[in-house]
Parts: sequence; structure tokens; C-alpha cells
Amino acid sequence: MDNSNITKERFSQMVDKSSPNSNIFTNCCKAFAIGGLICVFAQAIIQWLLRMGVEKDIASTLSSVSLIFLASLLTGIGVFDNLAKFGGAGAIVPITGFANAVAAPAVEFKKEGFIFGVGAKMFVIAGPVIVYGLATSWVIGIIYWLFNRIGG
Amino acid sequence: MIFLKAFLIGGLICVIGQILIDKTKLTPARILVMFVVIGCLLGGIGVYGRFAEFAGAGATIPLPGFGYLLARGVKEEVNRSGLLGVLTGGLKMTAAGISAAVLFGLLAAVAFNPKAKE
Amino acid sequence: MSKKHGNQTVFFQQPVSIIAAASIVGPKEGQGPIGKYFDRVVEDVLWDCKSWEQAESKFVSDAIKLAIQKSGLLDTEIDCILAGDLLNQIIGTSFGVRDLNRPFIGMFGACSTFGLAMGVGSMLVDGGFYNNVIASASSHFCAAEKQFRFPLEFGSQRPPSSTWTVTGNGAAVLSNKTGGKGICVTAYTAGKVVDMGITDINNMGAAMAPSAADTLITHFKDTGRNPDYYDLIITGDLGYIGHELVLKITQEQGYHISSNYTDCGIKIFDRETQDTHSGGSGCACSAVTFAGYLYNQMQNSAIGKLLLLPTGALLSTTSAQQGESIPGICHAVAIENIS
Repeated sequence: MDNSNITKERFSQMVDKSSPNSNIFTNCCKAFAIGGLICVFAQAIIQWLLRMGVEKDIASTLSSVSLIFLASLLTGIGVFDNLAKFGGAGAIVPITGFANAVAAPAVEFKKEGFIFGVGAKMFVIAGPVIVYGLATSWVIGIIYWLFNRIGG
Repeated sequence: MIFLKAFLIGGLICVIGQILIDKTKLTPARILVMFVVIGCLLGGIGVYGRFAEFAGAGATIPLPGFGYLLARGVKEEVNRSGLLGVLTGGLKMTAAGISAAVLFGLLAAVAFNPKAKE
Repeated sequence: MSKKHGNQTVFFQQPVSIIAAASIVGPKEGQGPIGKYFDRVVEDVLWDCKSWEQAESKFVSDAIKLAIQKSGLLDTEIDCILAGDLLNQIIGTSFGVRDLNRPFIGMFGACSTFGLAMGVGSMLVDGGFYNNVIASASSHFCAAEKQFRFPLEFGSQRPPSSTWTVTGNGAAVLSNKTGGKGICVTAYTAGKVVDMGITDINNMGAAMAPSAADTLITHFKDTGRNPDYYDLIITGDLGYIGHELVLKITQEQGYHISSNYTDCGIKIFDRETQDTHSGGSGCACSAVTFAGYLYNQMQNSAIGKLLLLPTGALLSTTSAQQGESIPGICHAVAIENIS
């Protein structure tokens, strides 16, 4: 900039000084409460299924599926974004956030059609989670297989 | 007791996520990826399994729990079918979750239209 | 002979009259502090359209039609429409003007588009090429979120430095028919692209502030005017953070503007009650604030001399993902009430 001798470094400091920080303490309290409550809700479903005589792993899976259903529904009726606005990571980090990340672009890009809109955009945010989760699991799988060979 | 543990542990994992969002300016997508990868690694070395025994849904519902399932699936399938299990295990174990997210996402797209924000 | 003065400024030989201005906004803007100045407040941002993008085009066409109607000119007397928006390939605008059957010159200056259109439009009129042209700019909150951030239903928290894209369209009719009397554009300072290395896409005000300060100081140098020449100096969509930064940079260079400087993004929303964080943004922010509130204030002589500085962040989703910093641009338009 010709009209000023401010360096990028100094400008960056000026910006930091002028920009308000997020209220981390309040945000964390909200995230703790919402995240905790979502997990308690999931646990309640598990306990109820266990009492019905459902096997533990299946109960756990069904509980996750229920949460995914609820999060997708709340996304569709336009409530989930408000929940996440309040709860932040508390709503995003549980499996509800994954479901929202799939459902939100699916609903938004409906206008671009069901193939290139819904179908293609569905994983625009959640795709990387699956890609890198799977990639990590391959690495673990290969190491585990090698250990088994050596150990066995 | 299990409810208290689920609440505390689940809440704490979310607090870590919140600190990352507010402090590092990482996008939510990056944070979700990080959590799944970390959960998967911890599952791989066998730590997350014990953690899940202790905290129940507090450990399995947050996204590291998804990573843990991937690791657990891969190990179980390697035991069952050898090297092929590396490819099949992860998705087998998480199939219900991924499939449900796609199913309900698709249904949401059919049933609802995007709404404006106030 | 060139009408250029100094490095970047042109003075118009015969000031170009703004004979009419029209603004149409969404409900949130209508509820804001300057809501009563807009010609029309639409209750639903989708406005009976199929998509946000179509709705934006409707804002464009209706506001331009309204501006022509208010000017008393016939459609056929409009020589050209200079307009733009934020959507890819400025579809909001080009689809909005396709049924108007007038020549169209698409403008892109991101959120500075209204200043660009006013400046270039005035040059075309004063240059003798056209008699009447329209300068117009639009943005739409939902369409912008969808293109630049996340789907609307995606759960994310807006950081305190973020701004809220204004939904609406502001249009002004520039003309030579008053012979340089009335509310007129008297000078235009075209901005340079300025990049101070900001990469945070949630802090656009900071990214654009250096360009605003640069254009502002250049304008003072080129014209020989002081800050107190103007009753009001107003930037386009810097919001609270960018506003503070412009004050700091200009202060350091010896220009004291704190008493008569504000930002359209600060004017248009009430951050306490409307949850808009750092303020309003988008092409429509300066366009509707001018076409609604500021033009009205000039008409009733509350403001005699105005320096309008629409600001733009020249990034795309591709450049942001590639880790590029965010360049800014700012165009200054001097508008004076000449009796």
C-alpha cells in the first residue's frame, strides 16, 4: 500500500487487537451441557434396549442410528442449526454432527437436482471424515495383520 | 452411574472440540476429521475400547467413537479373514451409521426445503 | 484533455445527477435501524421463487424497474444498466436484467460493485456516451451462505468477527438531464487491489480495511480535500472491526476522520438485537444503504457532501481453499448536493 508503511506483520497484530475473541468459557459450558445431554440421551436408549433383551453391540448401534435419525429430522425442519448455534461443538462432535453434515447439503442443494445436487453434494462436508477415517483404519489393519503374522 | 459417566465424558470431548473451534480457527470439517482419525488410532492401540467400556455412550457417540468402530471393525475382520479384512472391516462395522446418515439425509432432502435464517 | 486528477481520481466536468434511487430489501434489513427508508421490504427472502438465486434476480429486476419508474424516464431512455452481484458469473444480476430489454454491462467488484458501477456510470454519462444509466448491485444472504460458507441448515457457529450478508438490491439512475444540479456525483476515485495478507474468511472487514484506507487517503491527496470537506464519509461493508482499523490506519497518516466516518455495515443492522456480530456485508450493503437511507438524507439536506466508499473482498472459494490471502478493493464516489 503506497499510502501507509504498515507491514503485513504489524497489520496482523492490529487486526488481532481489534477483533473480539469468542467467549470461550461460555461456549465451552454450552458445548459441555449439550454434548453431555446428547450422550446421556443415547445412553438412555441403550439401557432401554438392554432391558428389552437386545444384545449390547446391537443396542449401541441402534442408539447411534436413532440419533442420526433425529439429527437428520431436526436438520430438515430447520432446528439443528439453532441447536448448533447454541451448543457449538456439543452438537457437532457427537454423531449428530455427522448426520447434520450429510443432511444439510442434501437439503440445500436439492435445487440443483437429485443427481448433481443431493447425490453429489451430500458428502461435501462429511466425505473427508469417511475418507480419512477409512485411511487410518487401513493403516491400523495392516499393522495389526503384520503383528498377527509375526506373533502367530 | 453410567449416565453420569456418559454425560461427563461426552461433554468433555465436546469441550475439546469447542476449544479447537474457538482457538485454532480450524473449520468444523477439519475438526471432525481430526476426531475420527484420533479415535481410530486410539482404537487401534486398544485404548479406546477400554475407554468405551467405562464411559458408554459418552465415548461411542462423539465422533472419536466412530473412528474407534472403524479400528475395531478392521481388527475383527483381519482376525476372521486375514489381509482382506483390512479393506472390509472398517465399513462393515460402521455400515449402519453411514447407511443411516445417507438414508435419512436423502429422506430429509425429499421431504424438506431449505429455510432462511433470521 | 484528461479529466484525471492526481493518481486515481476523476472529476466530472458536469457533475452527474442521481435523479432517482430505489431499494428493495429482505425482512431482517427492514427491521434494522434504517428499515423505514427502504422502498420495499419483502417479508420472505425466497419471494415466491424456486431458489435463493432466482429470488436475488427478482430483487434486481424489481429494484431497477422501481428506480426507472421513480426517475420518470421511459424504459427506452435508459441507455445502459451497469450492475453486478456476488454469485458466480454474476448470475443474480444477468438473470435479473434479462427481461428488462436494455443494454447491460456486467460489473464485478465483489461488494464494492455499487461504487464501481456509480463511478464508471458517471464517467460514461460525463464522457458524453450516454444520457441515462443505471448503477445497481445486489446480494442475498442465503445465496451467499450457500456459495461461500455452508449450507444454511449446517450447524456452525458464526465467529464474532463475521458479518451478515445483506439481502436486497439498491439501484440509482445517473443522468445528465439536470445540467449538473441536485444530488450529483462530482468525483470518483478508482481503487487499487490491496492485500495485507489476511487469510481469515470470517474476518472480511479486516481484509478490506487496508484497501478502504488506501483509496480514502488517495482521494484526499488527489482532490486536495480534507476529511471535514465531507459531512459524512461512509465505507461499504467493513463492519465494526474494519471500521476501527480504517480509523487507526488513517489516523497514523494524519487524517482525522473519527467525527464524520461510519460504515454501511454498522448502519444497516443493530448488532445488539439482530445478532449480526461485526455488521452487515455484501454488494447490497452499500447499495441499499445509499439508495434508501443516504439518498433520503441528501434529499432533505441532512447530508450535503457525502463520500461513499463501497468495499470488496476479491476472493473465491477456490482461492480461499488454496490458502491465498484475501485482497481487498475500494472505490470512492463523491456525491454532493449542488443547488
